[in-house]
Amino acid sequence: MSLGNQLDTLYRQVIMDHYKNPRNRGELDGDSLTVNMNNPTCGDRIQLQMKVEDGKISDAKFTGEGCSISLSSASMMTQAVKGLPVEDALKLSGIFSDIMLGKDVEHGDFDLGDIEALQGVAKFPARIKCATLAWKAMEKGIKEDEKA
Amino acid sequence: MNVLDVRKQFPILDQEVNGQPLVYLDSAATSQKPVQVIEKLDDYYRRYNSNVHRGVHTLGTLATDGYEGARDKVRNFIGAASTEEIVFTRGTTTAINLVASSYGRANLGPDDEIVITPMEHHSNIIPWQQLAKATGATLKYLELQEDGTIAMDKVENTITDRTKIVAVMQVSNVLGAINPVKELAQIAHKHGAIMLVDGAQSTPHMKVDVQDLDCDFFAFSAHKMCGPTGIGVLYGKKALLENMEPVEFGGEMIDFVGLQESTWKELPWKFEGGTPIIAGAIGLGAAIDFLEAIGLENVEKHEHELAQYALGRLEEMDGVTVYGPKHRAGLVTFNCDDVHPHDVATVLDADGIAVRAGHHCAQPLMKWLDVTATARASFYLYNTKDDVDVFIKGLTKTKEYFGNVFG
Repeated sequence: MSLGNQLDTLYRQVIMDHYKNPRNRGELDGDSLTVNMNNPTCGDRIQLQMKVEDGKISDAKFTGEGCSISLSSASMMTQAVKGLPVEDALKLSGIFSDIMLGKDVEHGDFDLGDIEALQGVAKFPARIKCATLAWKAMEKGIKEDEKA
Repeated sequence: MNVLDVRKQFPILDQEVNGQPLVYLDSAATSQKPVQVIEKLDDYYRRYNSNVHRGVHTLGTLATDGYEGARDKVRNFIGAASTEEIVFTRGTTTAINLVASSYGRANLGPDDEIVITPMEHHSNIIPWQQLAKATGATLKYLELQEDGTIAMDKVENTITDRTKIVAVMQVSNVLGAINPVKELAQIAHKHGAIMLVDGAQSTPHMKVDVQDLDCDFFAFSAHKMCGPTGIGVLYGKKALLENMEPVEFGGEMIDFVGLQESTWKELPWKFEGGTPIIAGAIGLGAAIDFLEAIGLENVEKHEHELAQYALGRLEEMDGVTVYGPKHRAGLVTFNCDDVHPHDVATVLDADGIAVRAGHHCAQPLMKWLDVTATARASFYLYNTKDDVDVFIKGLTKTKEYFGNVFG
């Protein structure tokens, strides 16, 4: 069956794969940065845990409840930021925001990998907050860590 | 009531969304507006826009007549004894906040209790939470039965002589449950408490008579009953309103203003500080005329049939859970196994079908149902059986699509 091109740009195969088989789902052992965030308009929620060592995100895991877009985005986000220096993770978050705004982005040296599949979300304004939830949680965690 | 004739009066319904005819199933969030209301608003702004209650000039008189005429239409519509008991507010939320802030803060203390239900909309929870915090009073919840309806045999475990306020929605925006608010008002009164009814989801769909319910306060919004956004009503018994202080101070609500002290206008104007919602009230009056011409009993019967039809169709589907009792108002709230309600709503929208997904401003109820979110299709007088069929077909497609993902 076909749901039409418009929906197919949203529900790409790779998104459904992350939804069905989320990467880095679970909790980290030992000390870690823990951030809880929810999307008050819909009730989606995420707990993100990160280990930051020597200015790098050495590990990241998430748990939570949400739609295909928010959970697949969380899965992709953890995959993308693992091993990145903190400032690069924040830059990547900025690039992701721009993608969500439908901007043509210059992503330089960053390999967007699976994240690119989420660009179709930009055409569904009601769903952008689903996609950005995990990224906002990551930014919040890093900012809180820097303050501490 | 001929639903096809009714539909013709709602211009917005005659359009395509995403290449498909619009099927609007989100009237519990806000209803669409008939030409009669749209034209009345247009007419006000084109012909007699003017401030009320102060102009000596002709337009001012016309505007005042329109505004106060609407108040009398509201009075008649909900069966109130006097227009002094009809306060225009911004909506249901503002109306409930007015009671909590004015009556609540003046009359409650640390030994007192407020009783609501777990199914309330946030607008009938948070004002009471805040009131409890401010006064030291305790906020309590009535127990629900398995189908989501209030366990009436246990009500008096919660409503006791310590109870000062009971606040309950007449119709649940999620479960569709129709709560026995008249009976609850009797129990509240027996214990010396006052009864507030949140009528946001009932007033648009069934005949309301506040004197028959014998509630002390009744709140509702115009935009869910074919009227404009930004206006609603607080009905209150005169004896209570008379003893309440205003919560907003300024122009329009005063009697005499001195350098240090001022006095207030009589009811209901002391609660309507600032230039009132003139066009909104006139639009609400037009919505009432429209609904009364059709007859609320016809609206209720039509929606009941649609809801029962939709319920039956949903129950035939595998992997669909419907929430709430069988006897219900015109809405169905549901979830599909393995498909998040957001995804349901997005896929349906691609077929031009508008449903609501999320927590429906009822997070405590979502917790009670043990879900984070649900999808909801809600009906009004302009929906048809065909709308339900298109919705069920769309839902079947959605399930197939996501079923393939998880297959």
